[in-house]
Amino acid sequence: MTEAPQIPDAEATLAALAERMRGAVAFDAAFVGIYSGGAWLAERLPALVPGNHPVGFIDVSFYRDDYSRTGLKPGVKRSALPFDVDGATIVLVDDVLYTGRSVRAAINELFDFGRPAHIELAVLIDRGGRELPIEPTYCGARLAVARDLSVVLSRDGQKLRLSVEKQAC
Amino acid sequence: MAMRNPQLNASGELTHLLTLEGLPPEVIRSILDTADPFVSIAEREVKKVPLLRGKAVFNLFFENSTRTRTTFEIAAKRLSADVINLNIGVSSTSKGETLLDTIDNLVAMDADIFVVRHSQSGAPHLIAAHLNAHDRSHVHVINAGDGRHAHPTQGLLDLYTIRHYKKEFHNLTVAIVGDVLHSRVARSLIHGLTTLGTPEVRVIGPQTLLPAKVEAMGVRVFHDMREGLRGCDVVVMLRLQSERMKGALLPSAGEFFKHYGLTQEKLAVAKPDVIVMHPGPMNRGVEIDSAVADGERSVILPQVTFGIAVRMAVMSIIAGN
Repeated sequence: MTEAPQIPDAEATLAALAERMRGAVAFDAAFVGIYSGGAWLAERLPALVPGNHPVGFIDVSFYRDDYSRTGLKPGVKRSALPFDVDGATIVLVDDVLYTGRSVRAAINELFDFGRPAHIELAVLIDRGGRELPIEPTYCGARLAVARDLSVVLSRDGQKLRLSVEKQAC
Repeated sequence: MAMRNPQLNASGELTHLLTLEGLPPEVIRSILDTADPFVSIAEREVKKVPLLRGKAVFNLFFENSTRTRTTFEIAAKRLSADVINLNIGVSSTSKGETLLDTIDNLVAMDADIFVVRHSQSGAPHLIAAHLNAHDRSHVHVINAGDGRHAHPTQGLLDLYTIRHYKKEFHNLTVAIVGDVLHSRVARSLIHGLTTLGTPEVRVIGPQTLLPAKVEAMGVRVFHDMREGLRGCDVVVMLRLQSERMKGALLPSAGEFFKHYGLTQEKLAVAKPDVIVMHPGPMNRGVEIDSAVADGERSVILPQVTFGIAVRMAVMSIIAGN
């Protein structure tokens, strides 16, 4: 991959994201990770960002806008928000922000649990290419990559790793 | 060229659900896996997801079944589909319209999914084959019970319930008790259990209520309740349909209960953590004693709840393929 961009270190980028959230995020904000990469990050963030942060997980498969084109992928997980969503401050956490469609689906799903007071967005990587008016509140790093490549977060034990791969489809 | 399973599309994805017989284990597992997140939808403030928004689900019940129709209706509504209930027995067919003409008319009304209950075995299969042959593969069929043949969503919800309580199938002994002969529920469950690798599936009942070559389905046959229940992890009681009494298959309901009715005393030879299931509607005092039906080993009501999630999973998988 000769034209591959410089890929940032995932752990260092997570530290940078946490640094931006520190002091800026509400003391009792809940961190809700979007499966699967965002869920790994949401698990890690309470140790890095001071406060009392409940953690939840959301699988947006039932809210995606491409169901009629791609069908339902196997392996959908239960969304679990173990706190009262009504009146809560929620930081949605995702690994890579691209078109904004997953975030749109996640926001819609959150409202089926209740009416949050605030929703913010924290992402490890913002790769641009938005198709919806959605911007991150907190971002670890920006990365410009060609349209036919995908930025992938993987996990080995607790250690996170970023890579850039040719898109499957 | 081998004939394609009419339930699967060219890529091997499920596009109709007609029977569990011949379905690959990974397809069955995938349905059970997908049902799991749907169970949790019921715990939310808004018990709905937008997956089938704008789709039309037609419940075609040529034979009455309030419970099955209701659970399909709830499942479709929780997926945000529009639901149209047709009690066909009292409408077009009585005016002489053929089954397939009825289907063509409903397709012209933009049906997306047909949920079909029919007293004749093979009716849902006939509809699916007709749709596939006429380039209408975007319309999907779910068998909600056809004759004595199959009741795949009931089989799947039974499998889901067993997996929920027992986690795995590879170490289980499961007994299916009663009127196996007339039971599409039993057939679907037996196919599902053997496909998922259940080592011991037993059927228990009088000779007159067991199909002639039932052993060929990979089950062990017992005529004695206590022998059959010994060491079981799961006991599935079947409904004894009262009309069977008239066919000289059985002496009386009281006699049946004495031999094959599930009581606490008979259940005592099963494993201590046995679960007791029943597809409903129950005949208390005929196939099951109230003390068992309402007892701590009974998972009969959770079955109903899981049934909605399983039907949501089936609809959302087939409508997306």
